[in-house]
Amino acid sequence: MIKLTIDNKTIEVEPGTTILKAARQAGIEIPTLCHFEMCDMGIENKPGGCRICVVEVEGRRNLAPSCITEAQNGMVINTHNIRVLNARKTVLKLIISDHPFDCLVCAKSGHCELQHLATQFGIRSLPYEGEQSHYRKDTSPSIIRDVDKCIMCRRCEMVCNEVQTVGALSAVNRGFMAVVAPAFEMNLENSPCTYCGQCVSVCPTGALTEVDHSNEVIRALSNPKKTVVVQTAPAVRAALGEEFGLEPGTLVTGKLVAALRRLGFDYVFDTDFSADLTIMEEGTELLNRIKGHLAGDPNVRIPLLTSCCPGWVNFFEHNFPDLLDVPSSAKSPQQMFGAIAKSYFADKIGVNRKDMIVVSIMPCLAKKYECQRDEFKVDGNPDVDYSISTRELAALIKQANIDFLELPDEDYDDPLGESSGAGVIFGNTGGVIEAACRTAYELYTGKTLDKVEFSELRGMEGIRSATVDFDGLELNIGIAHGLGNARKLLDEVRAGKSQYHAIEIMACPGGCISGGGQPYTHLKEEVLMKRTAALYTEDERKTIRKSHENPSIIKLYKEYLGEPGSHRAHSLLHTEYFPKSNEVTITLNNH
Amino acid sequence: MSQKTDIAPEVFQYMPDEREVLKVKVNLPQSKIDTIDRICESFDNDPGELINVLHEAQHEFGYLPAEVQDVIAHNLKIPVAQVYGVVTFYTYFTMVPKGEFPISICTGTACYVRGAEKVLEEFKKELNLKVGETTPDGKFSINCLRCVGACGLAPVVLVGERVYGRVSPDGVKNILDEYRK
Repeated sequence: MIKLTIDNKTIEVEPGTTILKAARQAGIEIPTLCHFEMCDMGIENKPGGCRICVVEVEGRRNLAPSCITEAQNGMVINTHNIRVLNARKTVLKLIISDHPFDCLVCAKSGHCELQHLATQFGIRSLPYEGEQSHYRKDTSPSIIRDVDKCIMCRRCEMVCNEVQTVGALSAVNRGFMAVVAPAFEMNLENSPCTYCGQCVSVCPTGALTEVDHSNEVIRALSNPKKTVVVQTAPAVRAALGEEFGLEPGTLVTGKLVAALRRLGFDYVFDTDFSADLTIMEEGTELLNRIKGHLAGDPNVRIPLLTSCCPGWVNFFEHNFPDLLDVPSSAKSPQQMFGAIAKSYFADKIGVNRKDMIVVSIMPCLAKKYECQRDEFKVDGNPDVDYSISTRELAALIKQANIDFLELPDEDYDDPLGESSGAGVIFGNTGGVIEAACRTAYELYTGKTLDKVEFSELRGMEGIRSATVDFDGLELNIGIAHGLGNARKLLDEVRAGKSQYHAIEIMACPGGCISGGGQPYTHLKEEVLMKRTAALYTEDERKTIRKSHENPSIIKLYKEYLGEPGSHRAHSLLHTEYFPKSNEVTITLNNH
Repeated sequence: MSQKTDIAPEVFQYMPDEREVLKVKVNLPQSKIDTIDRICESFDNDPGELINVLHEAQHEFGYLPAEVQDVIAHNLKIPVAQVYGVVTFYTYFTMVPKGEFPISICTGTACYVRGAEKVLEEFKKELNLKVGETTPDGKFSINCLRCVGACGLAPVVLVGERVYGRVSPDGVKNILDEYRK
């Protein structure tokens, strides 16, 4: 053990511990900007670049960046004396000196770490004036890059390359001209970006933000000729409350529904319903593939990969174009909902699909891209018109002057609002495959499950595997969250070495609960854990916990679709995948 | 590597923007891909050898166009964005083919204090080029470098391998005229 003194406190730490960690263990907070870590997921970014975290080490000439300086025996450290505080102020003023001053209208205002630091340090004047960066704004279907606001912390680069292994972003150029950009400074849309949005989640400033579609939603709501239908993804209810000051993990399902009604949506429905529908289709596909596989059919592809996550779909279209027949052909719950809302439900209420607007509330930024894909349109009319994030919804509720905390709990409308607990857990890593197992087990064995929870499929490890006993048939299940982990399992599949029958993949670490459109966690891991627990709680509270027992789903098949996998189910609920070109496209620009 | 055919660069899409943004799709002939493969293999396709691979490739092709970087990224199994990051970080690497007569102006300390900046400005004005660019006829390109070890002759200009010492802005035109014939 190493013994050192920080702010007159003597503490002991493991060798190799940084001063920053040692201080935090002793309850001493040192401000940071570029650094962040999520220990349980093995995610860490410490380029030692911003120098906000400097401390004074007695006997050392220069101040030491605490995030990358290891604690040594006998060190005496001051974290908050006047020399340190002045140095931090100077550093911050230099960082701000070429930062735009449009805080009032910045999408990140109120959540910006640079803004927080400026407040904390009491910056009231800027002595440094110089050149300002004027780089073009890059708008993709999901994400906006405004690198004038970039402070080169390189968190996005780390997440994109090391956690997600997408490799869309890298620091390019040198000195003042340095920016984080895709190869050849092409636009994000032409890069291998999957729109997972994890870069947006970790960006400390407004350099990376989502494309805001809330104005389109307001316009639709104020158009009396349109019937506006909304669906809410499972993970939204476990996080929206945070935007209104509630404890992370507070379930706000009832208030969410009430708020959407007050915003003027004609029908408030649940993506959990279409998650149940996904299980019917995907579960059936899984059983068919396994039966074919056991019968020795060489044309059957095993494992089956889940296909609910649009970031993941983009990832395999870019990186595994040779494996496009491995994922399930089932559409994601968002798109299944849109397809059913604009056919079955539109028929039911006698509305032409052109006069119906479907809005989705998603924890996700890739969903914005997904709903714009051509294969999800009928004669140019999209099944889902607009996808807005949990954050955008919170902003809408605030704009509409709705007192969220005082709202009563209300229920979803019928029929597309009824859901099982299986649909709810879709937002957690392991949840989709657990939901699938609940249904597939009972359909395959004809028996009722004693215990609906498959606890062996839960957890936070990046890659998990479990064997589930289907009454003598042993199914090997793989689970990966985070695209870097997904890549490892996909490499095995490509090499023909995969032992799994089915693999669930979610692009974001932890699943949809930590999606790129969720309230900013400011990188606090415990927030994710609490959201995960909340969804499992919601599942437990449900009377119906298996997708195939959802009465509205049973009715939908009886009245409209026939059987899972029927011709109509196929045309409405299944899709195909397309290889994404990785050919070089150069963006020549003069900036 | 996907099949690439030997065709000329093709402009296929023009995207209006406040700044000029042009998407260009370019393909490499197989012989060049083979050359890059050979270079990468000589460094065991080790991503840690990226700088050496780029060095070698630039020696081979004279510059590092996007498609060369793409093949290198593919061989070393790293994102092409990272390759581009390294290429744009080091001034030695260039994505623009150098001119027949590459002009290098030393902007090291000694040359700088003796007026290299003004000499550089004169070259830029005379050739209507920015640093790192090449004239449309492919004859001249301008680059800056730091110290060639001839500080006694400051400010120093290199044209190709030839060294010019004590260059003044007035002398720039004479130097260029030597090569303009």
